[in-house]
Amino acid sequence: MENTVIEITRFSFSISSKAILKDISLNVKEGEYISIVGPNGAGKTTLLKCLDRIHKGGSGDIRIAGKLLDKYSQKELAQKLSYVPQADGRISPFTVYEFVMMGRYHHLSPFSSPGKEDKDAVHDALAITGISEFAERFLRTLSGGERQKVFIAAALAQGAKVLLLDEPTTFLDPKHEADVHRLLARANRERGFTVVSVTHDINSAVLTSRRILALKNGAVAFCGFADKFMNNEILQKIYEKSFLFVKHPQTGKTIVAPEVP
Amino acid sequence: MMNTGSKHKLILLTILLVLAIFVLSGAPMVGMNTVPVSAILHPASGRMESDIFWKIRIPRVCISFLAGAGLAVSGMAFQAMFRNPLATPFTLGVASGASLGAAIYVRLGLVFSVLGISGISFSAFAGAILSILLVYGLTRARRGFSTTTMLLAGVAISFFFSSVILFTQYMSDFTHSFRILRWLMGGLEVVGFESVLNMAPFVISGSAIILYMTHELNLMMTGEEIAISRGVSVWKTKRILFFATSLMVGGVVAICGPIGFVGMMVPHICRLLIGADHRYLTPATLLFGGVFLTLCDMLARTLIAPAEIPVGIITALLGGPFFVWLLLGKPSSKRGIL
Repeated sequence: MENTVIEITRFSFSISSKAILKDISLNVKEGEYISIVGPNGAGKTTLLKCLDRIHKGGSGDIRIAGKLLDKYSQKELAQKLSYVPQADGRISPFTVYEFVMMGRYHHLSPFSSPGKEDKDAVHDALAITGISEFAERFLRTLSGGERQKVFIAAALAQGAKVLLLDEPTTFLDPKHEADVHRLLARANRERGFTVVSVTHDINSAVLTSRRILALKNGAVAFCGFADKFMNNEILQKIYEKSFLFVKHPQTGKTIVAPEVP
Repeated sequence: MMNTGSKHKLILLTILLVLAIFVLSGAPMVGMNTVPVSAILHPASGRMESDIFWKIRIPRVCISFLAGAGLAVSGMAFQAMFRNPLATPFTLGVASGASLGAAIYVRLGLVFSVLGISGISFSAFAGAILSILLVYGLTRARRGFSTTTMLLAGVAISFFFSSVILFTQYMSDFTHSFRILRWLMGGLEVVGFESVLNMAPFVISGSAIILYMTHELNLMMTGEEIAISRGVSVWKTKRILFFATSLMVGGVVAICGPIGFVGMMVPHICRLLIGADHRYLTPATLLFGGVFLTLCDMLARTLIAPAEIPVGIITALLGGPFFVWLLLGKPSSKRGIL
């Protein structure tokens, strides 16, 4: 039943002859929730961008739903993958509704207005993310946390079943962080979205995802189940620092405790 | 079902369309000499009034409308494509490239035409394409492309081309030199329909391409990465937009010379009026740009009649203060301004 949606085989990628990703292999199954972690500059964002062809080229194979990435047109790829970039602080002058509707681009033809299917998808995405009430507001009048939900809503409206997220909860306050985690978990469990999320937050990676891919210096440093990741030896090798561990009061899972300096 | 927002926008577009029709039919009536109805009804009567109306004012109004529409919509496309309020064919060196193309055509004393369209338009188009490729190429040569670098490259290219134009002019004999200088001042003083026929194909085909790309322009405005992930082939889209804007800027600059500010100002005003959705913004910008330049030109030829003020002076007089207002007074954050 479980199909492989992303299949990365010995993939390497360089930017101006500097190797950013080295010999990466990873399979992601349909409906999986996987987090990509690693120190700054490890190549996490680059890997996501290569998957969505924001970066082109590289050696090795990437297959999406069994088909080589190069064989997709950009519009076809948009039906398979959607991407939520890191917040870059630039805010485009659109309303929430206009912005989320743009997720439907691959369904629209020039001069056409959005059809019923498009409107339904947008309303649905606004409802899942809990931002229906903001629909007519301009993006720049929203807080960072609300805006992040809009970005996720636009990705959901796109209709692709694989969500790629780049640090979706960075810069968010605890409430919005929890909201985003909850809605991603719901999209994953109830709607069958496959979630691939880049994060610096080791605890949320462990608590939200089944598997973790850790990168260091562009290479895979760990790939496996989340509970196996919480091991001082592994973490120390990746982050070059030691960690303290505690049990999560709700789940009993091992998590990292902040250190007192 | 249509939400109130788009209904409101359609009403605004209709108002703009009515305004455009009103200005297009009213502007030829305005001038130093009043034109009697009989002169309008008998274009071939040989009377001076009918010649003024049919051979001078009508072509001039057509030219100003086309030029205003073309420059404004080019500016709109550049601002969206580079997500920058300062990006226009002028700041990015495209207009000076087109000017250089036209100046070289005049300097070499070339005379050729393709399908009845003068070679000067094609030279200006070639200059425009060349400069945008140069500016874009310079910026892309380094990875880590930034719009600031691109604007700086555009300004540099612009200065460089201006020097080459001045050099060309300096090295020309008196008649060529005067022709280039007069044309560099920008102006809409045309006689007869030849210029209209030279400009119209460029502006109309360029605008048609932009109208076809409204979804892509919307997505480009949200950022290249998002555009790609939504399914836009960004590089292909850029090439098409470069081609379309070069067509329009080349076509306009070849006839009117460089007329600044229309391309920067009009799209901003239209964004304030109708929002940033290019499905509505594009037709609004075309209409408003045309109306704006036609009205500026009407002022230019009547304010101190019988003398004329070059229209570039009027657009910049209005544009300068507007620009400062734009820079200082970030208007309401709820508007669709860039």
